[in-house]
Amino acid sequence: MATRDRPWLMRTYSGHSSAAASNALYRENLSRGQTGLSVAFDLPTQTGYDADDPRSSGEVGKVGVPISHLGDMETLMADIPIERMNTSMTINATAPWLLALYIAVAEKRGVDPQLLRGTTQNDLVKEFLSRGTYMLPPAASLKLQTDVVAYTVEHLPKWNPVNICSYHLQEAGATPVLEVSYALANAMCLLDAAKARGDVPAEAFPRVVGRVSFFVNAGIRFVEELVKLRVMGSLWDRICRERYGVTDPKLRRFRYGVQVNSLGLTEPQPENNVYRIALEMLGVVLSKNARARAVQLPAWNEALGLPRPWDQQWSLRLQQIVAHETDLLDHGDLFDGSHEIARLETALTAEVDEQLAWIEAIGGVLAAVDSGAMKARLVEAGAARLSRIESGEQTVIGVNAFTESAPSPLAQSSDGGILTVDPAAEREQIERLDAFRQSRDDARVTATLAALRDAAVAGANIMPASIACAHAGVTTGEWGAVMRDVFGEYRAPTGVGAAVSQRARPAPEDAVDGLDKARAAVERATAAIGRRLKLVVGKPGLDGHSNGAEQIAVRARDAGIEVVYQGIRLTPHEIARCAEEESAHVVGLSILSGSHNVLVPAVMDALRARGLDRVVVIVGGIIPDGDRSQLESLGVSRVFTPSDFDLNRIVTEIAELGAAQWAE
Amino acid sequence: MENAAEPQALDITARAQAIRAGSRAAVANALAELEATRTRPETRALVDALYPSPRQPGAVIGLTGPPGVGKSTLASKLVAAWRSAGRTVGVMAVDPSSRGSGGALLGDRTRIRPAADDDGVFVRSLAARGALGGLSPAAFEAMVVLRAAFDMVLVETVGVGQSETDIARVADVTVVAVQPGSGDTLQFIKSGLMESFELLVVTKSDLGAPARRAHKDLKVALSLLGRSDVEVVLASGTDGSGVEPLVAAIDAVRPAGQDAVRARAEQLTAFATAAATRLFGTLAIARVGGRRALQAKLAASAPAGPYDALARCEEWLT
Repeated sequence: MATRDRPWLMRTYSGHSSAAASNALYRENLSRGQTGLSVAFDLPTQTGYDADDPRSSGEVGKVGVPISHLGDMETLMADIPIERMNTSMTINATAPWLLALYIAVAEKRGVDPQLLRGTTQNDLVKEFLSRGTYMLPPAASLKLQTDVVAYTVEHLPKWNPVNICSYHLQEAGATPVLEVSYALANAMCLLDAAKARGDVPAEAFPRVVGRVSFFVNAGIRFVEELVKLRVMGSLWDRICRERYGVTDPKLRRFRYGVQVNSLGLTEPQPENNVYRIALEMLGVVLSKNARARAVQLPAWNEALGLPRPWDQQWSLRLQQIVAHETDLLDHGDLFDGSHEIARLETALTAEVDEQLAWIEAIGGVLAAVDSGAMKARLVEAGAARLSRIESGEQTVIGVNAFTESAPSPLAQSSDGGILTVDPAAEREQIERLDAFRQSRDDARVTATLAALRDAAVAGANIMPASIACAHAGVTTGEWGAVMRDVFGEYRAPTGVGAAVSQRARPAPEDAVDGLDKARAAVERATAAIGRRLKLVVGKPGLDGHSNGAEQIAVRARDAGIEVVYQGIRLTPHEIARCAEEESAHVVGLSILSGSHNVLVPAVMDALRARGLDRVVVIVGGIIPDGDRSQLESLGVSRVFTPSDFDLNRIVTEIAELGAAQWAE
Repeated sequence: MENAAEPQALDITARAQAIRAGSRAAVANALAELEATRTRPETRALVDALYPSPRQPGAVIGLTGPPGVGKSTLASKLVAAWRSAGRTVGVMAVDPSSRGSGGALLGDRTRIRPAADDDGVFVRSLAARGALGGLSPAAFEAMVVLRAAFDMVLVETVGVGQSETDIARVADVTVVAVQPGSGDTLQFIKSGLMESFELLVVTKSDLGAPARRAHKDLKVALSLLGRSDVEVVLASGTDGSGVEPLVAAIDAVRPAGQDAVRARAEQLTAFATAAATRLFGTLAIARVGGRRALQAKLAASAPAGPYDALARCEEWLT
């Protein structure tokens, strides 16, 4: 008889507006039984810009907490015992910096950093592939990643320096095969690089391997997900043994955290998402031998906007019910010895091995990032998923089946059922930043920044110099500027150009019909205008989640539109300039970070400033109903939200809008 | 044209003047007209009016090479180098991803990012229409517009067989990018495009030894082919090294003076002959004595620009 297992760490990915507001939220969540912290940073912090940088406009405090300097980090952790907390930070390009700030807070409090427990995500490969908050070129990114690894192995032995993250790959549409193989290839790339550095003693290397953890996604097909995690565990064990010669089984354990799937959560009938979240959780807790170490659940209303504290509490209660009310933790593994599970495991393992061999054959992960080859497979998988939903081959209740519904009372409350970030948050953060800059010792700032630059140029580990910068009062933007200056900025290939047309694969009748209709609409528009319909697609702001924009771009091309895909992290000025240079008929903007009320007007102004008043503007993203009419009154022709899942329909509408506006 | 208020009313001279003054809107409008399903007479007149007036002789630089060689990164460094020398730049990014549907997905421009407020760079994407990733039919005319508006024109295209010779038809100087350690060096020598480039650049020189080896191999191969005059530049888009020498090497081989005049006359003749073959067929050309005879007639008639040249061909061939 097995003894009752300890429950996993329960976290909620959260943070917004300001360090003080987020601190209050964390303390509230902890008092409700949350057992760890999961910090969401805002996009300027994630990409190394200060709140007052022009690129930060509209993004400060939106998708997470703004942390511009040591003072902010102290406020964030105020009255939270840092030595006993387990803090997970979803931070990548600026991971060395945010960890330096966290260490500096501990040191200021007299806490030995050896005691610090937690995780820096610090996974740049998946940023290049899907999430988009990278900053430096791939090789330099890998160098900084391993700086954190080498530093923590010595100074923060309980820290997880890297959380190899396949979460976003599934959000981009990755199949289990792609998710597992990309994650494992990524982990090997990192460990190979850490080994090659030469500053980690050979006898310490098994411990480095042992500190690598994973962060996965779990979707609604929970049996498949359960099998995926069991396979990942056994393959990781094999890699640790065979590739890195790790003999201690404890150091070969596949340790992972999870945030269950948001991609499958729906805007229509949002209450159904509660069931989806519960089922998605089963995949990562049912099998004891492949159970998550830490679980984060999304909230029911994520497809509508930002969740409120109550929404997050509701998700936390689900974890507590499964852990404490059910008998799940009383039993041993329920699936060992199951023929069906064993059969599925064998099949998936073979497919993953095949995929790993392909990545090896094209020169490994870094080469595949720079050539866009891995990205192209991902975009294809995402496109295939969407066309299955369009055709009805994949059922999504409330979206393409059983769409009749009484109005949901959950979304009827006066706040629209979502959290709205106070628009004053950005100005207040800038004011605090100004005050902080006034209060610091400028000479010390200059000196520590110079030392940081020297360390970066010399190829030394940048952690000690970063911690000195943190203590001196350097800001996130100043740290980021040194890194960009020394290592250069990077634009990853978009991968969309290489994605295979949906037409090229066998599609069900409906999907083909829909594409034919879209094509006919595009041809009509092209004939009416006297020139092929031209669409510029871009993402203003710092949000790097490009899946939606990419899928629109690919489908618009397949329907005959000439698409200029401009990619991510653009200023309104850059988008308007592109529309001018390309003589675009339509500009499509994609914004998921909640900053549409700032960024869309800025793009409209920039277009007008170039005399491009006639250009049709459409906006796609997570746009709350209440904001729609405001965007339309600014001149936006159409707003698309997650409920618009039919890509052919969207492309048809784009063609019709273009034709109506530009017909000769 | 669509963007401007009453475009047809603007007379050709005024529009040509605006383009020569570097007006971005005027350039965009002219390029849009060239993409129209039916080319208007006023568009033809405009292009011919712009033809004799490039900002500088030998201003059009073609950059080509296999996928993944690092062209876009190198292109962005080249653009930055020209800008910091005070030259304005027009870029034609030719993307091979077009489809039978007529649709295209153009993403190459994302790697060329001028400084935030710099309107001295103008990037236009061109779908590679027609077969084999070659340039689209209006590429020559688009080049004429950009060349009138900007100090330098960069034509960037993926090299897949046909396109190197294509790019040589629009560029004054063709630069072929070669990746070290890829086996490209030999492929390159074998590929039979020996006539159509003026410079080679080995990319990713930050790789060190493999790049230097590729450099040496290319020099040897060039001398065997009797083209040891061709310079091979080592450059890296990543760390920016070799970009200044590349700029200097390009300037050194740009045709000037009488050479430039002759080269451009030949270029126009070649363009018109190819276009006439496409439009009227080889039979028609055979009737006037073949391609060489047509080229000689064209050269002797000194056409005012591409459309004038085509009009003459039409007269002779139909």
